Amino acid sequence: MSDPRPAPLLTLRGIGKSFLGVRVLDGVDLDVAPGEVHAVVGENGAGKSTLMKIVSGGYAPDGGTVELAGEPRVFRGPRDAQRAGIGIIHQEFNLLPGRTVAENVYLGHEPVRRGFVDRREMLDRTARLLASIGETALPADARVGRLGVAQQQVVEIAKALALDARLLIMDEPTAALADHEVELLYGLVRRLQERGIGLLYVSHRLTEVFDLSSRITVLKDGRRVTTVDTATTTADELVRHMVGRELSSYYPERAAPEDLGPVRLTVRDAGNRKLRDVDLQLRAGEVLGIGGLQGSGRSALARALFGVSPFTTGDVTLDGRPVRLRSPRTAMRAGIAYVTEDRKGEGIVPRQSVLDNALLASRAVFAARSGRAARTVRVRELLAAVEVRGAGDDQEIRFLSGGNQQKVVLARWLALNPRILLFDEPTRGIDVGAKSAIHDLVRRLARDGAAVLMISSDLPELLGMSDRIVVMRDGRIAGELPASASEEDVVALAVGTVREAAA
Amino acid sequence: MSALSLLPARRPVPGVFVALTLTLVIGWLVVLVDGGQLFNQSTTVSLLHVAAGLGLVAVGQTLVILGGSLDLSVAYVISLSTLVAAETMNGSDGALMPAIGLALAVSAAVGLLNGLLVTKFRVNAFIATLGVGLLLKGYLDSGYDGPAGTTSPTLVQTLGYQRIGPVPLSFLLLVAVTGAAWFALSRTRFGHHLVAVGGDPEVARLSGVRNDRVLVTAHVLCSLCAGLAGIYLASRLGSGAPRVGTEGLYDLESIAAVVIGGTALAGGRGGVIGTVGGVLLLASIDAIFNQLEVDAFFKQVIRGVIIIAAVAVYARRAMRKAA
Ligand SMILES: Nc1ncnc2c1ncn2[C@@H]1O[C@H](COP(=O)(O)OP(=O)(O)OP(=O)(O)O)[C@@H](O)[C@H]1O
Ligand SMILES: [Mg+2]
Repeated sequence: MSDPRPAPLLTLRGIGKSFLGVRVLDGVDLDVAPGEVHAVVGENGAGKSTLMKIVSGGYAPDGGTVELAGEPRVFRGPRDAQRAGIGIIHQEFNLLPGRTVAENVYLGHEPVRRGFVDRREMLDRTARLLASIGETALPADARVGRLGVAQQQVVEIAKALALDARLLIMDEPTAALADHEVELLYGLVRRLQERGIGLLYVSHRLTEVFDLSSRITVLKDGRRVTTVDTATTTADELVRHMVGRELSSYYPERAAPEDLGPVRLTVRDAGNRKLRDVDLQLRAGEVLGIGGLQGSGRSALARALFGVSPFTTGDVTLDGRPVRLRSPRTAMRAGIAYVTEDRKGEGIVPRQSVLDNALLASRAVFAARSGRAARTVRVRELLAAVEVRGAGDDQEIRFLSGGNQQKVVLARWLALNPRILLFDEPTRGIDVGAKSAIHDLVRRLARDGAAVLMISSDLPELLGMSDRIVVMRDGRIAGELPASASEEDVVALAVGTVREAAA
Repeated sequence: MSALSLLPARRPVPGVFVALTLTLVIGWLVVLVDGGQLFNQSTTVSLLHVAAGLGLVAVGQTLVILGGSLDLSVAYVISLSTLVAAETMNGSDGALMPAIGLALAVSAAVGLLNGLLVTKFRVNAFIATLGVGLLLKGYLDSGYDGPAGTTSPTLVQTLGYQRIGPVPLSFLLLVAVTGAAWFALSRTRFGHHLVAVGGDPEVARLSGVRNDRVLVTAHVLCSLCAGLAGIYLASRLGSGAPRVGTEGLYDLESIAAVVIGGTALAGGRGGVIGTVGGVLLLASIDAIFNQLEVDAFFKQVIRGVIIIAAVAVYARRAMRKAA
C-alpha cells in the first residue's frame, strides 16, 4: 500500500476477448512492475493462457489496451511483441520435434553473420543458455523429438530466454518439471528479477505462487476477481477466490486392509531397454504410487505395462494368468488404461471434437455398433463428472484450455471401465478444484475394485493418494515405502542417498 | 532416457542413395546379361540430361513441399517458359539474356500468384496451383498448336549440348542449383523458417516467423526452378514447345522424386540432396528399361512399385523413430 512501486512495465486495461461469440476475457486490468513477479491464478479455462497470448501478440484483443513502459502498443503478431521485448514460455510446448535444440531455441531470430545463419554461434549461445539454467547434460544439437517432457520444458524455457526480453511470461513453466528442476527455475526467476525484468507467472501450484510472487491476480470465468499482495493473503483465501467456495485440503480416505482385493497384476523379473529387474504386485482396490526422478523409469514402466514399449524379459500375470502385453491394443483388451504424461504429443487428436476424443478408446476396443448410444451417454456423463469447461462437446479439443484437455483424456479412459489404470502425472496442469475431484474419482475407482498405478512428481499428491509407494531409480525399483512415509523418505530413495530398502 | 538417445542428431545418408546404388548394380548386370552396356558414353549422357531437366523442377518442388505446400502448376510453367524464351530469342544470340530474364520473370510471377493464393487467400495448395496450372493450360492451348520460336544457337550449343567428358553442362547447372538450395535451407533464416512453417505453422508463427512471406518466397523459387527447366528444354529442342511440360509429366514426376528422396509430403522434414537422389533413381530406371527395350507399360508399373516402396520404407522408419 504505502511504498510507491516503480512505474509499471506493462499495463493492461479492460482487455476483452471472445472466440466464436463466447466471451473468454472480459475487462481485465493488470500491471507488472520491473523486477516484479506477478502471479496469475484461476481455474482451468479461466482465461489465463488467453490473456498471456494477448500480451505476447499471439491473439489480438477485442477490446482494451496494452501499454508497455507507458506507451500504448498494438501487436500485429508474436513477432511485434518479441521486438518489443516480450518473451513467453508457452503452456503447450512450442517446439518442432524434428529440429535440434539450438534450431528451436533461435527459431525466428537465428544469429547471422554476413547474412548467413551462424550455426557455431547458435550452438554456443544455446549451450550457454542451457548452462545458465543449470542444464548441462543436454546437447544443443540433440533433436527435440527425442527428449523427454522435462527436457522439452527446459528447451521451451531457454527459447523464451534467448529473446533477452524485458517482460517474460511463464505459463505453467513447472508443469513438467521435477522438484530439483523447479529449484533451478526459482533461481532463474530471482536472477531475472534482479536484472529488472518483469515476470508474469501462471501456475496451479500455489506453493510456487507464494514462494515467488509479490502480487497475485485471480481470474475467474474471464474476469479479474481480485489482485492481492502475496504477503497479506493465504492459500485458503486464494482458493476461495478461484473456486468460489471452500475446499477441503484433505485427500480422500485410503483403502482399509479389508478393501484390498486379490492380486490383479504381477510383474516378475521384467525388463527392457530402459528397465531392469522389475518386480511388482498390484492389487484390486489399491492405489500404488510410483515415485522417482524424471528419467528414473517411471514412465517406461507404465509404457511397458501398456504395451507401448513392452517388456522384453520376465513374466507378467494378470488375474493369475500369464499375459504378454505386446501392444496397446492387447493391453486395452486386457482391461488396462493409460493416461500419458505427454498430452499434446500422445494424448489428444487436436482437430477432433471433445466428444470424439473422449470416445476414441471405446470406439477402438468395442465393436462399432453395439451400444453406441449408451457409450455416448456415459462419456458425456464422465465429461461432466471431471468438470470439463469449454464451449461444448462438439468443439475441437485444441481450443480447450490445457487443464480441460487433460480432463477429456481422463474421461476417455474411464469410459472403458478399466480394471487396471496407469496414470502418468494425471493432475498435471489441473486446477485445485478439479484436482480434488479427480482424486476423489481415482479413489472411487479403486474402491469399486480397480487397481491403480499412479506416477506423480507432486510429492504431496503421491503421499496423499497412495496406499503404497514404489520408488524408482535408474530403471530399477529402488524400494517400497508405506503410506505413512514422508517426502524426505521418497526423495532419499529417489536420489539414492539411503541403502535400498528391502522391497 | 538412455544416454544413447541423447547423442547429437546425425543426418544419415538418405536411403535413396542405397536404392540408387542397388538399382545401378542390378541394372548393369541385367543389361550385361542382355548383351548390352549400361554405362557407355551415350547412355550416361542421356541419363544425365534426363536428370538435369527433372532435377531442376524437383529441387524447386522440394522447397514448397518442405514448407507444407505443393505445386501442381510446374508442368505448365515449364511449357510457358520454353515459349517465352524461344520466341523472345527468335533464333538470334542478341536477345539471349533478355529472353532468359523474361522467361524467369514470367515464371516468378506465376509463383507469386501461387504463393499469394495459398497464403493470403488461404486456398488449399493443391487446388490453388492446379487452378493456376489450368489457367496456363488454357492460354497455351488456345495460343499454340505446336512448336513456336527458335532458341538462340549459342544457348543450344552451350546449355543444350555442351559437356565436359560425359557430364552435360545442364547437369552442372543442376548441381549448382541444388547446392544453392541446400545452402539456403541449412544456412539462411529463410531455410530455417521454411522448415518450421512446414513442420508446424502455429509453432512457427508464435516464434515470430512471418509464415506468409516465407511460403510466398518458396513458391516463387519453385516456379523459378521450373522456368529454368523450361529454358533448358528450349535449348534442347531448339524451339518453344507448348506441351513439353505436361507430356514429360514434370508435375507428378517431380513430386515423386521429392518423396522418393525422403522429404515428407506433409512438410517439415527432408532436403534437396535426397531429391536429387530420387531424380537419379527415376532417370536410371528409365535408362535401364530403354536399354532392355521393355514396353512402356511395364516400365510404369515398376516405377509405381518403387514409389510406393519408398514411401512405405520412410513411413516405417518414422514409426521406429517415434517408438
Ligand atoms: N482458439 C480458441 N478458440 C476457441 N476457444 C478458445 C480458444 N482458445 C481458448 N479458448 C477457450 O477460452 C477459455 C480460456 O482458455 P485458457 O486456455 O485461456 O484457460 P486457462 O486459464 O489457461 O486454463 P488452464 O488452467 O487449463 O490452462 C477456455 O474455455 C477455452 O476453451
Ligand atoms: Mg492455460
